[in-house]
Amino acid sequence: MRIVIGEGSCGVAAGASKVRSAIEALMNDNESFTLGSTGCIGMCFLEPIVDLYDDEKNLINRLVRVSPDDAAAIIETARTGDFSHVEKLVISDEDEEFLTKQTRIALRHCGLIDPTSLEDYCNADGYEALKKVLTSMTPEEVIEEIKVSGLAGRGGAGFPTWFKWNAARQSAGENKYLICNADEGDPGAFMDRAVIESDPHTLIEGMLIGAYAIGACEMIVYVRAEYPLAIVHLEEAIRQAREANLLGKNILGTDFSCDMRIKAGAGAFVCGEETALIESLEGKRGMPRLKPPFPAQKGYMDAPSNINNVETFANVSWIINNGGAAFAAMGTENSKGTKVFALTGKIRKGGLVEIPMGKTLRDVIYGIGGGIRDGKQFKAVQMGGPSGGCIPAELLDTVIDYKALGATGAIMGPGGMVVMDESTCMVGMAKFFLDFTALESCGKCTHCRIGTKRMQEILTRIVEGEGKEGDIELLEELCIAVKDGALCGLGQTAPNPVLTTIRYFRDEYVAHIVDKKCPTKECPALRTYYIDADKCKGCTLCARNCPAKAISGAVKNPHVIDPSLCIRCDQCRKACKFDAIYMD
Amino acid sequence: MCCQCNGPQSDLSLLENVLTEYANVPGSLIAILQKAQDIYGYLPKDVMYHIAQRIGTSPAEVVGVATFYSQFRLTPIGKYLIMACQGTACHVNGSKRVGEAVAKYLEIENGETTADGLFTLENVACLGCCSLAPVIMINGEAYGNLTPESAIAIIKDIQAKEAQA
Repeated sequence: MRIVIGEGSCGVAAGASKVRSAIEALMNDNESFTLGSTGCIGMCFLEPIVDLYDDEKNLINRLVRVSPDDAAAIIETARTGDFSHVEKLVISDEDEEFLTKQTRIALRHCGLIDPTSLEDYCNADGYEALKKVLTSMTPEEVIEEIKVSGLAGRGGAGFPTWFKWNAARQSAGENKYLICNADEGDPGAFMDRAVIESDPHTLIEGMLIGAYAIGACEMIVYVRAEYPLAIVHLEEAIRQAREANLLGKNILGTDFSCDMRIKAGAGAFVCGEETALIESLEGKRGMPRLKPPFPAQKGYMDAPSNINNVETFANVSWIINNGGAAFAAMGTENSKGTKVFALTGKIRKGGLVEIPMGKTLRDVIYGIGGGIRDGKQFKAVQMGGPSGGCIPAELLDTVIDYKALGATGAIMGPGGMVVMDESTCMVGMAKFFLDFTALESCGKCTHCRIGTKRMQEILTRIVEGEGKEGDIELLEELCIAVKDGALCGLGQTAPNPVLTTIRYFRDEYVAHIVDKKCPTKECPALRTYYIDADKCKGCTLCARNCPAKAISGAVKNPHVIDPSLCIRCDQCRKACKFDAIYMD
Repeated sequence: MCCQCNGPQSDLSLLENVLTEYANVPGSLIAILQKAQDIYGYLPKDVMYHIAQRIGTSPAEVVGVATFYSQFRLTPIGKYLIMACQGTACHVNGSKRVGEAVAKYLEIENGETTADGLFTLENVACLGCCSLAPVIMINGEAYGNLTPESAIAIIKDIQAKEAQA
């Protein structure tokens, strides 16, 4: 038997390292079982996860929410083959559906192989696609296969991948570069992190096929600095690939030579934009360039360059092995294949979901994610991060398709899907996103630099109870101006969260501005705290906990909150044992 | 070149290996700054001026890059760097309250270091552990499913350990 512990970033953050230490502490020198590691299977709500495999590498049982205290039981099972010791840890049938309802292509190896083992990757048909390409396909044939597949950029733009590869192929130039955008700057998105941490060779293989197609001999992966484990695993995979003649000169004995290096980002959301990324690769401030010229003509070091997202590359070897038609058989007319989503927020079952295009948002959020936690009501789902929008409940049956999602005012985006419930203030969400984009604006374009700042200021005034008549119209006017006047995608899409929340939740804006009330009571400045005199026992606990000395009253008499002193920190309401304090 | 800043003088020899390797490699300024920060813990002004001189560019160019990227720190940090995630999933799950509670307990604002030099607090955009929201990371170790109380408890633990040492 083999005990395999899920040690992706989420697993480790949930305590997987402590589980490993507990198991190792109980192991003897000559056990009949072995202990291994795997990456992120994407069932984050069940971490830490420990898989038990038999000697033929079949999965016998998946143990979930494992704690270090379970180590003894797991060891006993591994030694005796008696699974009754770990019965209570086995994943439920219902939770297993989280995975079985998915169609995994980009994530096909994640959580199932050891990310630091080239042997594991090769046993799972690893590098078969590269062999096929290098020995029996021309670059033009590779591009044609990608064209047939309908693969479109998974970074969010959804641009046909074959077209970009072809453009780079057609460009004149001795030195061409293939670049992977692993910046993944959207807060709430971790699809790419999971792929690089858990299946780095899939990225290398996909990129090699792309490099062959465009005629590049150098590949660069731009990974954000905030993903240290991904960088470590990718570095190891590159080292292994070089040793196995899969990278470097004359790969697999052919004429094709290509090498790879990693460039760590340094913390700038705008560097997810391809021209800003190139500036950053060149050691400069990440400020976007005008297009045209496009990177395919003049990119890194002014040479023809092709940039694709991690998930885009992760699909490539599957497409070569199974054929473009098999990929195109899934999805809708204008969105082929599958898409990976990072499902988070107020969801019952959060994690990574990969499904064919054409499923609906409801299929993901309810069918796989199990709906909203704590019995609350769904309110909206944010897709596309700071460039996207909030989609309301009445649009839950929207099909996952680039066009259909675009029509809602949101975008497909790279895959972040943050679910919100009735307690989330939508005006607060708009302000949250503008706080982010105003800070991340590179400053090059006046409309973006100043426009996002002004929108942020207006939204701040609104949530602090100082909204004015005309603010909504002013915001809408600014949104159009920023969209029009911005050079790059950051500025062009920064208004989207504001536009979609005004479109679908205008009444919340009106409540904040006109009534000076926050319907969800999330905005502290718009809350008023009251003490119910009938329930108040005069125990003075609230007054003693009040940092602003805003509560007065004699012992055993009903207390009173002075709204002019109250800072709305909520300490009194939390302290009260009689439920006597409420907000309005 | 002396930057005439009257600040503390850094040991520039510590950077020599890095500069020998990268000074003539075009486009390597960010890598040099990252390695310099690994060595000095932050980017002292005289170090940035020295880098400018060695790679043949202006101090303005170097400082321009250093101030563009959020990873670079121009002031020293505490022994423990607390990164409080304020990404979308964490925000929706109450990360603002966690961040405010930690700031209040330590009596510092975002970006500041405690007077005893132990803790620096930084609000960051996303740590990628969204399903465990709200999350904070202290010196690379992530703590999830936090409440304001549990976050403060973790910091108190560290303070207790430091007091014993």
